[in-house]
Amino acid sequence: MNPLPATNSGGTQPVSNQLNQNQETGRPLRLTRRLSDRILSPTILSPAMILIVLFVYVFIAITIWVSLSNWHTLKIDMSLRQPIWATYQQMFVMPRWHADLRNVFIFTTLFLTFSLGLGLVLALLLDRKLLGYTIFRNVFLFPYSLSFIVTGIAWRWIFNPETGINVLIDSLGINKLITGLGGPALHPGWTTDPSVLLPLNNWLGALFPPVKSLSIQLGIPMALIPVVIAATWQLTGFAMSMYIAGLATVPHELREAARIDGATEFQVYTKVVIPQLRPVTVSTAIILGHVSLKIFDLIFAMTGVGPGFATDVPGIFVFEQTFKATRYNLGAAASIVMLLLVSMIIVPYLWTNLRKR
Amino acid sequence: MAGRTFSFPIRANLPTKRGDYLTLVFLLVCLVFFLMPIYVMVVTGLKEATSVSLSTMWNLPTRLSVGGFMEAFERLRPNMGNSLMIAIPATIISACWGSVNGYLFAKWKFRGSNILFALLVFGMFIPYQSILIPLIQFLEILKLYGTIPGLVAVHVIYGLPIVSLIFRNYFANIPDEMIEAARIDGAGLIRIFTRVMLPLSMPAFVVVAIFQFTNIWNDFLFGVTILPNPQSQPVTVAVNNLSGSFSVDWNVVMAGSITAALPTALIYILLGRFFIRGLLAGSVKG
Repeated sequence: MNPLPATNSGGTQPVSNQLNQNQETGRPLRLTRRLSDRILSPTILSPAMILIVLFVYVFIAITIWVSLSNWHTLKIDMSLRQPIWATYQQMFVMPRWHADLRNVFIFTTLFLTFSLGLGLVLALLLDRKLLGYTIFRNVFLFPYSLSFIVTGIAWRWIFNPETGINVLIDSLGINKLITGLGGPALHPGWTTDPSVLLPLNNWLGALFPPVKSLSIQLGIPMALIPVVIAATWQLTGFAMSMYIAGLATVPHELREAARIDGATEFQVYTKVVIPQLRPVTVSTAIILGHVSLKIFDLIFAMTGVGPGFATDVPGIFVFEQTFKATRYNLGAAASIVMLLLVSMIIVPYLWTNLRKR
Repeated sequence: MAGRTFSFPIRANLPTKRGDYLTLVFLLVCLVFFLMPIYVMVVTGLKEATSVSLSTMWNLPTRLSVGGFMEAFERLRPNMGNSLMIAIPATIISACWGSVNGYLFAKWKFRGSNILFALLVFGMFIPYQSILIPLIQFLEILKLYGTIPGLVAVHVIYGLPIVSLIFRNYFANIPDEMIEAARIDGAGLIRIFTRVMLPLSMPAFVVVAIFQFTNIWNDFLFGVTILPNPQSQPVTVAVNNLSGSFSVDWNVVMAGSITAALPTALIYILLGRFFIRGLLAGSVKG
């Protein structure tokens, strides 16, 4: 199944050509009309295109120039640095930037795994249309309509180590159980915990010696986990909706055929339905992946840079360097790296999709 | 089971097998997870400032109080107004403009129009951080920096890609034969748009309006960078400031979050069908 309505224009094109040929008599008159209309079309589009070229492409070019310039105070200075890449050089030795790249990579991986995984499971379960499935579906998608700021505020309160989840752990008697068994009481610091789970430096350092000289710990920053949960909460409904739309196009005959061939209900899904959903998975992963590489509002409202930059990401880095520290060249350089990261997944996606038609 | 669903597409199936009950249990667990933050917001928002304590966060309020909502609304009212003054014009302008672009890209292709379209669509994926510095300089030159009309213009321009895309996909579904027929009747590009396409495009306008309004209402980055003056900031920025200040009680912050979320939440609840359609149309790029 292909979620893109690519066949529409592709399918109708031959029909219109045929029409043109069939109406040979009307041709001279329509050709002149067509000619003026052909000029009209780009003319009417031109204001929008000029604005897009200016506000997207020219502005990106200016930002690239700023990232190569000496402008690092309130006073504008567009003279180029010597060497020209000095700002990038300066950025790529900053431990904070290393932490940002680690965080955005870990965040994207975990967030995509959870939201796509849970979204698929929910779509498949709702597909059985059991009692109340419309209520479930509507509730699961509801967070998508909220702003990241509201989501961040709510989840910050829930993961506040003095209250929220930790109070729940106590009042549900989980801690009594653990201490009764002789373990230490559970009191996670959540967003205030600077520790890094699954530290990888020694292990990776054995393979790539340069890793040993890193000033940050590679692994999963503990404080990032609540942010992943909040983002998953907000965007799982989106993945679910994409999968529900995709499931609607998997022909019932296909499943019936598999059942007749003796496939169990589980096999029908793993062997027939889920492989059919591959294109949906690709589109959803790319859309959510690019959202996650750009993530800013959620972290800004929920944790900020976090303990020891545990939840800092390039989006926050750009904002702080540009608007708080007025180091415009550094902020610009980081934003260009963000743009490159996003382009790496979006350009191939657009290329393949737009070429289809 | 599939057969039953097939013959009664609207009616839900009653659980029959053990697997069905397990499914329902799992869905209920997920329901609790998805409702948890909403529960916390509502319950905290309805508490009195003095009874908001860390240890009783999950408890229902002992006495319902609308004080939190009153104060939140008092503080956020100007910003709610700003958000409306930003989102409504920006939505209308970008929808009208985008419908024309979408129509031309779908039905009046010319040499290079597909490349132009790709250039346009790429604009909706960029991290806006990478254009903010020149954008602010440019708005300053135009004397639009820090003004609501400036932010409206920004939302219109950066909304053009997604809106044009949704309209293009919508118009691509309208058969070319209709255009051919109108053309034989002597209609040109403009008349075909106003007489044939526009009357058919109401559903697309609804989808785009909902999508754009939600996007613009929920925007934070442009609001916080282009409008430095708290008096003119949109409600997302104001709520974030509210939650960041230590002098404000948590019941007010939560009530404020609900207030800020209310317009888009209501749209979702009332017009969910169109909301989902926009989400799929807008996400299914290309």
